[in-house]
Amino acid sequence: MTTPLLETPLCAWHSTHGGRMVDFAGWRMPVQYDSIVAEHLATRQAAGMFDVSHMGRLGVTGPESGGWLESLLTRRVADLGVGQVRYTLVTSDEGPRGVTILDDALVAREADAPDGSPRFSLVVNASNRERVVAWLRSRLPTVGVSLADHTFETAMLAVQGPLAVAIVTQLCSAADAAAIAALRSYRATAAAVASRPAAVSRTGYTGEDGLELVVAAADALPVWEAIMAAGAARGLHACGLGARDTLRLEAGMPLYGHELTADSDPFAVGLGFAITLNAADGTPRSFPGAEPLRRMRAEPDPRVRIGLVFDGKRAARESAAVTRVARPDAVVGVVTSGSFCPTLGSAAAMAVVDRAVAEEGGPLDVMIRDTACRATVTPLPLYRRLASQT
Amino acid sequence: MAADLRFAKTHEWIRPEGDGLATVGISAYAVEALTDLVFMQLPEVGRKVKAGESIGEIESVKAVSDFYAPVSGEIVEVNQALPNALETLGQDPYGAGWLVRIRPDDAAEAAGLLDAAAYDSLVKSQPH
Repeated sequence: MTTPLLETPLCAWHSTHGGRMVDFAGWRMPVQYDSIVAEHLATRQAAGMFDVSHMGRLGVTGPESGGWLESLLTRRVADLGVGQVRYTLVTSDEGPRGVTILDDALVAREADAPDGSPRFSLVVNASNRERVVAWLRSRLPTVGVSLADHTFETAMLAVQGPLAVAIVTQLCSAADAAAIAALRSYRATAAAVASRPAAVSRTGYTGEDGLELVVAAADALPVWEAIMAAGAARGLHACGLGARDTLRLEAGMPLYGHELTADSDPFAVGLGFAITLNAADGTPRSFPGAEPLRRMRAEPDPRVRIGLVFDGKRAARESAAVTRVARPDAVVGVVTSGSFCPTLGSAAAMAVVDRAVAEEGGPLDVMIRDTACRATVTPLPLYRRLASQT
Repeated sequence: MAADLRFAKTHEWIRPEGDGLATVGISAYAVEALTDLVFMQLPEVGRKVKAGESIGEIESVKAVSDFYAPVSGEIVEVNQALPNALETLGQDPYGAGWLVRIRPDDAAEAAGLLDAAAYDSLVKSQPH
């Protein structure tokens, strides 16, 4: 190890509260405090809080910022209203296919700057932050747009679960509590939480209702501790990256480097919704890699992303071969993520397989360390919260 | 921890039983470090193993770990109830949570492993 690990403003709290600290994308992060299963179930049944400050937080502003982002992202940006959040891919036109997927990201339009310029935020993966920033900088016009990396001067907390909104809004003024409670999914607002300014969005990576908060780095610990105290009696757990991974797996959410890679066909991995090829009036959009992506959609890849639920608890890990039943030689796909899934009570996985074997309910085998383990093709997400909880 | 236990650096324990056999398990420290156990695969009875050879795997939510034969010999019995009751490993790691019984090739080999005090200092020197 030549580079020291980066630390979030909450690193000391994690260490002193039993966090098992690991290197994740160059950051010293807690994988769990006590039990991944307990943290996972707390998030499903009450609430869990995650330090996700390792995620990259970028700010884009200036009079031309909306048009500039519109020209670079696979989703539309020009039509985003203030307080709207959208999932997008970040692509470049590099590589043999003429399109390289640099990352997946959330783009949000924040309140306009005092001079009336629009302001946007981008949340990108920790592992891709430097590459995305370098790519965006290389495309910056000389005037009209400014790009800043706010990752180190801010922190990001995810509070997730059926009680998440109730817990956080306990710490807000009546007006801010009402504004947060009224947020629809993928909407955001500015609010004071525990008397500290926060960008609050109704987003998350767990399949639960919940909020993500961006606060100043210096406010991270007081806000975290206030939320822990407010949630203690309601079953709030601090959760590590281990539970974050099992929760997002059950929720069928992609993880860059697993379901989605630099050379993925986004349509084959179930992310066609993140590619908007035409503007509202039907005219073709232009962004890096748009033409090769148009061809990919016209000539569908024979593979598709599916869920697999196993008969047992033994987990298939990434790159395990998926085969026809009792035909270890007939490889039909590959596992992209897999784990024991606490809500399901069995092992589950996401896999990319030939469309011909992707029929719901069909049995497939997955080779786990030379043993064929039986699994059933299951639609994603593998877990869906009750609609009444939203 | 009883005084008749010996430990491998890879966190297995072994206890000579006086009938020419020895019982093997994994230490309380290892079970605690793994957490969230979901799956275990035990070796087949009759298998001849060398000291340090993987004789099975134990899987937690986060990772798969091998466990190893602390001495050379033959596997003569496995704890068949254990894979369906993994909580036993945490509740009674040196008793009901045993993994296999082995017939050592050399009855003296276990004596060369760590005693409880030496294993304890090994564990304490590891980051947790």
